[in-house]
Amino acid sequence: MKTLVLVEHDNASVKDATLHTVTAATKLGEVHLLVAGAGCTAVADEAAKIAGVAKVHLADDPALANQLPENIAPLVVTLMAGHDAFLASATTTGKNIAPRVAALLDVMQVSDIIAVDGPDTFTRPIYAGNAIARVKTSDKKLVITVRGTAFGKAARDGGSAAVEAVSGSANSGLASFVSAEIASSERPELTSAKVIVSGGRGLGSGENYHKLIDPLADKLGAAVGASRAAVDAGYVPNDYQVGQTGKIVAPDVYIAIGISGAIQHLAGMKDSKTIIAINKDEDAPIFQIADIGLVADLFQAVPELTEKL
Amino acid sequence: MKILVPVKRVLDYNLKPRVKADGSGVDLANVKQSMNPFDEIAVEEAIRLKEKGVATEIVAVSIGEAKAQDTLRTALAMGADRAILIVHDGVAEPLAIAKLLKAVADEEQPGLVILGKQAIDDDSNQTGQMLAALLGWAQGTFASKVEVAGDTVNVTREVDGGLETVALKVPAIVTTDLRLNEPRYASLPNIMKAKSKPLAQKTPADYGVDMAPRLETLAVTEPPKRQAGIKVASVDELVEKLKALGVAA
Ligand SMILES: Cc1cc2nc3c(=O)[nH]c(=O)nc-3n(C[C@H](O)[C@H](O)[C@H](O)COP(=O)(O)OP(=O)(O)OC[C@H]3O[C@@H](n4cnc5c(N)ncnc54)[C@H](O)[C@@H]3O)c2cc1C
Ligand SMILES: Cc1cc2nc3c(=O)[nH]c(=O)nc-3n(C[C@H](O)[C@H](O)[C@H](O)COP(=O)(O)OP(=O)(O)OC[C@H]3O[C@@H](n4cnc5c(N)ncnc54)[C@H](O)[C@@H]3O)c2cc1C
Repeated sequence: MKTLVLVEHDNASVKDATLHTVTAATKLGEVHLLVAGAGCTAVADEAAKIAGVAKVHLADDPALANQLPENIAPLVVTLMAGHDAFLASATTTGKNIAPRVAALLDVMQVSDIIAVDGPDTFTRPIYAGNAIARVKTSDKKLVITVRGTAFGKAARDGGSAAVEAVSGSANSGLASFVSAEIASSERPELTSAKVIVSGGRGLGSGENYHKLIDPLADKLGAAVGASRAAVDAGYVPNDYQVGQTGKIVAPDVYIAIGISGAIQHLAGMKDSKTIIAINKDEDAPIFQIADIGLVADLFQAVPELTEKL
Repeated sequence: MKILVPVKRVLDYNLKPRVKADGSGVDLANVKQSMNPFDEIAVEEAIRLKEKGVATEIVAVSIGEAKAQDTLRTALAMGADRAILIVHDGVAEPLAIAKLLKAVADEEQPGLVILGKQAIDDDSNQTGQMLAALLGWAQGTFASKVEVAGDTVNVTREVDGGLETVALKVPAIVTTDLRLNEPRYASLPNIMKAKSKPLAQKTPADYGVDMAPRLETLAVTEPPKRQAGIKVASVDELVEKLKALGVAA
């Protein structure tokens, strides 16, 4: 089987999410990559070095700079004439593009897979991970999004794939990019961090969040996350949100502070290796899944913890 | 402009799903079902656009068993003008739903279709994007802000790194994220009024859409359970545990 993996990038370098998706694609067959962007030759060169990659298709066009699905999907459909499966990461970029490709190919997409069980059989969580479904597709071509936390990362070196240019005009004229507010942070990225410190409504304010969570995260070299309640209350921006409708994370250690443990939040972090919870309510549902729990007032416990580390 | 809002009836989000013992799916017998939370947000956004004078009519549509009528009545009570129920028992995959919605859009000619970004049961996150593809329209997914200006709709999207704004040519597809708005509750008088609003009943055959699923569900199982661990009595003990885990020096 020949697979085509959509590379996630910022026109400068390959994002880690792609490395997980390459691992999933390897389980299906030969791996080709698509780098679609503007002025992104460096990305293609980097992608060509990823272990296990046989070919890189490079589509370099100003209309592809911002990953608009209206412009990328038709390009993928053209390339799919020579491929059997299209895989994208289950990130906001992948989720935006893959279903558009699937519909154009008249294929029912398999979303958010956590295992490849065979050439046409996959495992995926449903109901916020409260149930796990094994599904078998009867479509001739496959369109799949991949949950990164379920697959290891392919090595960034070891490969020496050929880069082939894709031609053709890409502008559909349907949509245009206006602006982006992308948070920049010195901290590790949420979805690939080894340790995450996450804060919830229990913190009471954005000021408290930054006063308590940031120093602890700094001490641990951790990424920072939040519950939806904390995001809704404006303590932190939306890209901090962990959960069913936020980011799915699976770090070595997840520290939940002032988070009750609603099923929608658990859906995003319950595959973490070790879960630590600090909550003043000993009956909080988070303690039912936490490996290590501390029943305490976070306003005392967290500064003390930061100091003693 | 007219706005089309597809709404789905799902297991109420407050309930914990129970996997059936025979592994055939999640038990939906005798459990409360409600409108998908993202679809409530979609209905609310359409109503706000009508209140601003941008939208002229709101049509809610649902595909599902006859009981999906309740969900449509909820949409009507919130403020939708009329509803279409496409009755279908059994599995309906996003691709088939998108085909039905395309047929409805061809008939109704809306300026916007506002959908939820995902349904909280199957978590597919596909239908809106598929519908956009089938119609050949632009798509603004995971919206946290929607502004219509003439023939353009500006959509601010919640993306992994933060926020992104795109300008879409109308007609267009929008899918809602949680922070787009806070849906209103239907008042009692509006619930009463909704009972007499028009609700048309159709079948997939009326639109010539084949509902045969492409995916076969082989088994649905419970996820591995996490056992509750231990409780530590003090911060000092927690520090020791963190050291043992190797995350603190
Ligand atoms: C469709 C849908 C999707 C959703 N998606 C998500 C999602 O992706 N992610 C998500 O997180 N949520 C999501 N939610 C929301 C979810 O249901 C909960 O509302 C949310 O997770 C609660 O956040 P919280 O735990 O911070 O707040 P709360 O539930 O209010 O919990 C606060 C906790 O802090 C503790 N606390 C308070 N003060 C202190 C103190 N001084 N010291 C110690 N502990 C203290 C309390 O005991 C309590 O347990 C979703 C909801 C819906 C309907
Ligand atoms: C084991 C199993 C058994 C199932 N059994 C059944 C069954 O018996 N009957 C059944 O109906 N489904 C059943 N389903 C669910 C069905 O497969 C999903 O409804 C389908 O895959 C759609 O996915 P989604 O709603 O997550 O789509 P998404 O793409 O996540 O939905 C996004 C948006 O599309 C719109 N939308 C989606 N569906 C509808 C709809 N029906 N009407 C109007 N608007 C809609 C809404 O605006 C929604 O917010 C089953 C699923 C599984 C895994």
